[in-house]
Amino acid sequence: MVRALLARWKKWRSSLRLLQPAHVDPGRAKISIAQLGHRYANKVVALHDVNLNVRTGEFVCLLGPSGCGKSTLLFALAGHVEPTGGTVSIDGKRIHGPGPDRLLMFQEAALFPWLTVRGNITFALAARGIPRDERRARADTFIRRVQLTGFEDSLPHQLSGGMKMRASLARALAVDPAVLLMDEPFGSLDAQTRVHMQELLQSIWMRTAKTIVFVTHDVQEALMLGTRVVLMAPRPGRVVRDLEVHLPMPRSMEDARLTEMARHVRRLLRHFEVPDSEHPTPPPRRALPARGLLRPSPLPSR
Amino acid sequence: MKKWAQKLGMVALLLALWEGLSRSGIWSPHLFPGPMKVAESLVAMAKDGRLGSATLRSLGRLSRAYLLSVSIGVPLGLLTARVAFFRNAVKPVVMGLQALPSICWLPLALLWFGLTDAAILFVVVMGSVLSIAIATEDAVNGLDPQLARVASTLGVRGPRFYFGVLLPGALPGIVTGLKLGWSFAWRALLAGELLFVSGGLGQLLTMGRELMDVPQVMAVMVAIIVIGIAVDRVLFQTVETRLRRRWGLTATV
Ligand SMILES: Nc1ncnc2c1ncn2[C@@H]1O[C@H](COP(=O)(O)OP(=O)(O)OP(=O)(O)O)[C@@H](O)[C@H]1O
Ligand SMILES: [Mg+2]
Repeated sequence: MVRALLARWKKWRSSLRLLQPAHVDPGRAKISIAQLGHRYANKVVALHDVNLNVRTGEFVCLLGPSGCGKSTLLFALAGHVEPTGGTVSIDGKRIHGPGPDRLLMFQEAALFPWLTVRGNITFALAARGIPRDERRARADTFIRRVQLTGFEDSLPHQLSGGMKMRASLARALAVDPAVLLMDEPFGSLDAQTRVHMQELLQSIWMRTAKTIVFVTHDVQEALMLGTRVVLMAPRPGRVVRDLEVHLPMPRSMEDARLTEMARHVRRLLRHFEVPDSEHPTPPPRRALPARGLLRPSPLPSR
Repeated sequence: MKKWAQKLGMVALLLALWEGLSRSGIWSPHLFPGPMKVAESLVAMAKDGRLGSATLRSLGRLSRAYLLSVSIGVPLGLLTARVAFFRNAVKPVVMGLQALPSICWLPLALLWFGLTDAAILFVVVMGSVLSIAIATEDAVNGLDPQLARVASTLGVRGPRFYFGVLLPGALPGIVTGLKLGWSFAWRALLAGELLFVSGGLGQLLTMGRELMDVPQVMAVMVAIIVIGIAVDRVLFQTVETRLRRRWGLTATV
């Protein structure tokens, strides 16, 4: 009994050691978000005082319940939403609107319906100034990578939802932006394709040192892919934890440490989802060993 | 197959009714000839070449006017949708003029251009250009905002955006507008042709009236209906269906 408890405690501690608060020097960050706030026209405060610094080559997963402002944050990074407060800088320069250094992949496939799968990719490549004779070969390479060979000439409406999403992924990867912003790209895929796409994305990320900001609902997915997981909470949308995942890549879903970390992250998320007044039990932060592994992030005063 | 049988059945029924009415003697057979008489007149006109030349004349005029309408209307619609000046200043004018039935332009056209082809062209263009412009504007404004966002994140800008995203995205709506514009043009053309000597189908109709040749009048009416349906069904319907299928807008694939 005691031994079992001790074993659990050890596992718990090791999972904490693997999840450490991130400290990034804003001066050396690729993406620097400072005091970002956004309030939609209907007075919904989608983001409140978000501070986040992302280094080059990091794979950051934004994790949080529905409506906590993940998409809004990503849109602000992409330049599709002009935030009502604070700044977003890339390489030290404030961004205004979309730019060629970033590419946003939407929650939906968002393919051009009148173009074939290949046409969608070559059109995007053309817009990025890739020479005409390179486009086709490059498109076919990425079509192969997302396992859509044989569907090059299909129109989007002839594809299943998951296939559309893969075509969209192929388009994003073919364009090869320095910063890839992805909004739940794999949410609509079946479990098996999803694992394939995760592996594909990871292998491409490891090869190209791209900076990726990846939004997801799925804790396991975030811990599988991310070098960092940023936990967000709703009403108002804010960052509550910023943790680095110290587990070597490639990771395995079956890894006990990953499962333990996932349990820990879920507990944190659950805690922040419920407004404080409805939460009589003390936050788990206080129950942690006083090792300072989890930085108590500044909560916005409400 | 069944659909066709029903259609043919309906046509046969109408023809029989028509024949029966004309034989019943309620109206003078001169004023209300049966379908056989009308068909004879149609064949006669087709044989002596009057129908053919009148049709060619009308369609030639129509296509010139229509091309002009399209080449003015589509860009005008694009501009009203995308450029603030056009939206604020030109659009109200377009909407106002749209309220004017096209044939009301004829007196002005006759004063400006005299009894020439140009007068009829003017009436036809005025009859169709505005509806094409308005439909184009609607189609462009109705572009899926998602596609506009993708285009901007992919860095699609300038002419590539206009010709690669905006126009194809709005194309199904634009084609619907073109179809509407065509039917307006066809109406305006015949109204114009009826009102002065012009050598088209409209004049054939007028001549039939002046000669009190009711079968000719009805025969020309039939010809006008057939041509109208043919262009609408064969040309526009085909293009529209193909387009909607390719764009994935039809339910069945
Ligand atoms: N265009 C908009 N206008 C007004 N309010 C909006 C708009 N988009 C989002 N919101 C609001 O902002 C909040 C955050 O929305 P957001 O889409 O960023 O959430 P999310 O975390 O991406 O959710 P999900 O996981 O469901 O996609 C929500 O409360 C939502 O109601
Ligand atoms: Mg979202």
